[in-house]
Amino acid sequence: MTGNPAPAAAYKGPLPRATPETQPFWDGAKAHKLMLPWCEDCGQAHFYPRALCPHCHSVRLAWRQASGRGKVHTFVINHKAARGFEDKVPYVIAVIELEEGPRMMSNLVMDETPTPENVHVEMPVAVVFDDVTPEVTLPKFRPVR
Amino acid sequence: MLKDWRAAITGAADTAVGELPGSSCMGLHAEAALLALADAGLRPGQIDGVLCAYSLTEPHPMLASVFCEYLGIRPSYSAAIQAGGATGCVMAMQAQALVEAGLCRHVLVVAADNRLTGMTRDRAVAALADFGHPQFERPYGVTIPALYALVAQAYMHEYGATREHLAAMAVAARTHALRHPKAQMRRPIAIADVLASRPIAEPLCLLDCCLISDGGAALVVSARDAARDAPKPPAALLGSGQKNTHEHIIAAPSLTAFGCRESAAQAFGRAGVRPADIDVAEVYDSFTITLLVELESIGFFEKGEAGPAALAGALDLGGRLPCNTHGGLLSYAHSGAAGGLFHLVEAVRQLRGEAEARQVRGAELAFVHGDGGILSAHCSLVLGRG
Repeated sequence: MTGNPAPAAAYKGPLPRATPETQPFWDGAKAHKLMLPWCEDCGQAHFYPRALCPHCHSVRLAWRQASGRGKVHTFVINHKAARGFEDKVPYVIAVIELEEGPRMMSNLVMDETPTPENVHVEMPVAVVFDDVTPEVTLPKFRPVR
Repeated sequence: MLKDWRAAITGAADTAVGELPGSSCMGLHAEAALLALADAGLRPGQIDGVLCAYSLTEPHPMLASVFCEYLGIRPSYSAAIQAGGATGCVMAMQAQALVEAGLCRHVLVVAADNRLTGMTRDRAVAALADFGHPQFERPYGVTIPALYALVAQAYMHEYGATREHLAAMAVAARTHALRHPKAQMRRPIAIADVLASRPIAEPLCLLDCCLISDGGAALVVSARDAARDAPKPPAALLGSGQKNTHEHIIAAPSLTAFGCRESAAQAFGRAGVRPADIDVAEVYDSFTITLLVELESIGFFEKGEAGPAALAGALDLGGRLPCNTHGGLLSYAHSGAAGGLFHLVEAVRQLRGEAEARQVRGAELAFVHGDGGILSAHCSLVLGRG
């Protein structure tokens, strides 16, 4: 019974199940690339990915890699854990406004315990990739100084 | 002088609320329905339309059908409506449309759930987290309070609202609830209590959040000619409006401007009144931030003004806008879609002069608002003493 390393604790958080419309996003994340859908007609990026452009309803879409830079549009320091997040409190859920325009939700990866003093609206952030399981990688964001 | 109305609430009632051991979702539906029918002076067989909502404890894809079977009625029209917290108002608006179109004479609107005793608190919280987008929100650990906290943070940043301003909403609700013999929360609270309560989703603390309750409520909406025989003064449906801008918070066009502005403008316009004409407001208050945003977006207060005004007593009896006179979702009760109906039941009681210790003197015009999702779906109603 000794000698074997303890198995890594199983990831308990809810995992995304990709659909054909979103598969390129999750494939990109797994390859540590943040991919965004762009409309070939109106020229705008959108989020979340879907079968058409929500701005002009065109179906001519193309995927491009985003810079991964953005800023905190708003955030919450969450104390009452969602299922599977019990050992992570307090954790930051943020809406990130990407440099390309769209907003997405993510967690902030912080070195210190989050407080209203060290997390701010407008704070610049950059994407990092959290390989939460062998199959799934979640894009998350880290403050940049 | 009220504009010429064609639909009115002739019956309004709610069950006991709070912790009701031994209650069931459908049992509460039936109890609320029979109370509202008695209030309207009608027998179940006189109802020709039924609108139901949804249930977390006894979910079914055809809830209106289940309810009619349970109660033993066979109306010529029935449907279930799901618009989260806006459901109560949406059902009333739909009932208004049905009687105004001549499709029904008396529509029963009913919702109930036993979320407090019928499911564990963790199961209720988990079921509500399912509102988040399954791929692009839930993996980041969202809860309903966290999603509303995202709005609170953005609103505080843009308009300078403070935690004290939010707390003033909770204190106003509790002050009203203490005058309601059925309210779930019975202890007075002060601003400091709200600020010192356990952080749930910063900047929101425990006392910034609504209750979880058992309970049910029902209305009867009648056509004008059918309302003549009602034993109590009808509450006329003078104007209604809706606006939906998004469902998921990541797709919201703005985190500080929401559809309540347009839904209310529609309702005021159709009723031919202005916000300043309203005597009493019953506005959805799932969280303190919900109420603050809605009061300022609907036009009752300027941006940044609702918090300071509430601190000075504007939402209390005798204030500029007595609001949530039953105590609201924050201090009266919140049991799913019935939560929004409690606001409507209270508006009817105010217009009839039945609100006893919490009566707004001479209340002739009431405004009721519901919002569902994360300030996603909005429905506003203007009611007048008929």
